[in-house]
Amino acid sequence: MMARVSLASLVLLLGLLFAGSAFAVKPDEVLSDPALEARARTLSEGLRCMVCQNQSIDESDADLARDLRILVRQRLVAGDTDQQVMDYVVSRYGEFVLLKPRFSLSNALLWGTPVLLLLAGGIFIVLTARSRRSTATKSLTAEEQAALEKMLRD
Amino acid sequence: MVETGHFALVLAFALSLVQMLVPLYGARAGNQKMMAVGGPVAVTGFALTALSFAALAIAYASSDFSVASVWENSHSLQPLIYKITGTWGNHEGSMLLWVLILTFFGALVAAFGSNLPATLKANVLAVQGAIGAAFFLFILATSNPFTRLNPAPIEGRDLNPVLQDLGLAIHPPLLYLGYVGFSICFSFSVAALIEGRIDASWARWVRPWTLVAWMFLTGGIAMGSYWAYYELGWGGFWFWDPVENASFMPWLAGTALLHSAIVMEKRSALKIWTLLLAILTFSLSLLGTFLVRSGVLTSVHAFATDPTRGVFILCILTLFIGGSLALFALRASRLTAGGLFHPISREGALVLNNLFLTTATATVLVGTLYPLALEAVTGGKISVGAPFFDLTFGPLMLPLLAIVPFGPLLAWKRGDVFAAAQRLMAAFAAALAAMLVTVLFVDGASVFAALGVGLAVWLVCGALTDLAVKSGFGSVTPAIMLRRFAGLPRSVFGTALAHLGLGLTLLGIVGTLSFGTEKILSMHAGETVELSGNTLRFEGLYPAQGPNYSEDRGRFVVIGADGNAKGEISSAKRFFPVRQTTTTESGIRTVWFSQLYLSLGDEGNDGSVVVRLWWKPLVTLIWGGALVMMAGAAMSLMDRRLRVGAPSRRKKLVPSASLS
Repeated sequence: MMARVSLASLVLLLGLLFAGSAFAVKPDEVLSDPALEARARTLSEGLRCMVCQNQSIDESDADLARDLRILVRQRLVAGDTDQQVMDYVVSRYGEFVLLKPRFSLSNALLWGTPVLLLLAGGIFIVLTARSRRSTATKSLTAEEQAALEKMLRD
Repeated sequence: MVETGHFALVLAFALSLVQMLVPLYGARAGNQKMMAVGGPVAVTGFALTALSFAALAIAYASSDFSVASVWENSHSLQPLIYKITGTWGNHEGSMLLWVLILTFFGALVAAFGSNLPATLKANVLAVQGAIGAAFFLFILATSNPFTRLNPAPIEGRDLNPVLQDLGLAIHPPLLYLGYVGFSICFSFSVAALIEGRIDASWARWVRPWTLVAWMFLTGGIAMGSYWAYYELGWGGFWFWDPVENASFMPWLAGTALLHSAIVMEKRSALKIWTLLLAILTFSLSLLGTFLVRSGVLTSVHAFATDPTRGVFILCILTLFIGGSLALFALRASRLTAGGLFHPISREGALVLNNLFLTTATATVLVGTLYPLALEAVTGGKISVGAPFFDLTFGPLMLPLLAIVPFGPLLAWKRGDVFAAAQRLMAAFAAALAAMLVTVLFVDGASVFAALGVGLAVWLVCGALTDLAVKSGFGSVTPAIMLRRFAGLPRSVFGTALAHLGLGLTLLGIVGTLSFGTEKILSMHAGETVELSGNTLRFEGLYPAQGPNYSEDRGRFVVIGADGNAKGEISSAKRFFPVRQTTTTESGIRTVWFSQLYLSLGDEGNDGSVVVRLWWKPLVTLIWGGALVMMAGAAMSLMDRRLRVGAPSRRKKLVPSASLS
């Protein structure tokens, strides 16, 4: 079984079994139609090699990844759209196979976090800036007003 | 020798307990003598840890297989350099390196902290001692590198072949110097919370430590990325792997900290936020250590089958993160908020920087942990891979990078965007020109590629504009300008270099991803292949024997336009018999900033060999940019203002009140 670990990690993950380089797509798999092949490559990059560590089937050397690559190409040659190919693969292997999780309710928090946090942070900054500025001006006017008037009277 | 190391480690643990308790109590009771204990104890603790580490390194170098860790990760035939680097090429040894660096930083505070207020110094060393105590205990209880085997085996089981590379000598020490370096910022923050106040010296102290840690972490990540690139044999440089993310999150948070600390130091604003950020940054380092060391990432089940280590680190994690955050919640309200500023100002730009960087950090965090959480809660299994991060992290970076050049050109307190924009006109024109050239003259350039190139040029030219403006370009004679340029504070150069390096890294990423080409084919000896203007002739496979491996090396001759040989590239398949593992040694030829990358595949029955060839335009800029960023950090560190211990030359100017 091949496991690809990125090197940044490697040192940290030393316990992992590691079997050499990934040597993904083999010459005999490549489709003769360059347009179809390009689509196959793009789709492969979004599909997980089920027996690897966080590696797409496009990068993996594992037999299962090869089978999946060939399957994707067969469906494309048969005339499936990209979406149909993905749906077919998911129906066979489950959502785990997708490297880009679907926009579903259970993934709402995953996809929503960046947007929500950016908005919340932005609103927080604006509100704090406003409140601090208004309190600052208020305290200024309250204290300074008297002093100013006194100075003007003198 | 091994027993000496073991004994030193236990002694270092005991000393870390002393370092934790005595100065802390002394600071509370106002006992000068007890507070003064921290310094010598920290230095001695470091010396003992260093002795312990040296003992382990000697056991590795001399192939003492009576030590279990050496037996598992070394072999007598290995070259000496890999025997030595193997010391930290495994769980136990790398944890020892972790505490070695932790105590090293503690000793640095002790040695250079003479101008710190006594209570602050005592508290900082106490917190540092507490972290040390927890990890010493972890090592002694669950991951002892000095465990003996009896009877001693005759031969070791070899170091993982992929780690038998110079990268192992550089990457982990750099990475840990960064990771653990943030512990100082953490200790300073917790110490400030314990005291309930942040005085002026606090920010002046925290910023250089942040810079040091950030510089090393940048180098560590870049080195890891380059190592992965050439060692894994298919030319990827970043994989959004959970373990990579574990090191990337402290980097992102640390970058935010670096910037907010500037505001705090110069304008004494954002105090509470900076403090929180310092806590969060080191918490992410701890989280990274937990993720990597517990095995929870490999699979939830791996964690469940041997939970001792994982649970132990989880306890450390909860104690320190939970404890510091609780302390923060209790004490933060006591700290006074700092100076005011207009939204459009240097401070405002840095706040925006922090907003995007922290959101990006959270995005990476959620993406890394979500599959684990979902599986734990619902049992559903999903994967979060590169496409997710491309879609979320990418868009967060675009606006951030676009505003980078504005930051240094805005004035403190109240800035003028239009004036800054006017000064940036030339940089903007250059970026537009670069985009146009990309679209018009590069085949198959996408809109995104053009945008990326434009953004990179914008960053580089923006950094140069900053230097030009600050030297008085356009308003003074060249002679005066040169003098002013030479007289600019080092930190101005630091900022410009770091931002310039960021632009270069971006250019490298965009260049490789957008304009790279690739070919996969079977070749016989004597055949030639052409890729993006490079012609290669395959000479054949040559078997060779290394010290602990055998290899088949495929040689390729690079043929120039005139038909003559210009050089050679070779790639090999190496077989390591002890571990029964094959690795691919990629062949790389650097042409200016671009690289031709080649790796060998399987042999066919007819004597042909599968060859995969990539042309990676500008790829070296990815790491070159990181080096420039590091140079920027080093430059900033040399700034007189930050030189710890240097007396401040002038008193802080009191901003003249508007009505007085």
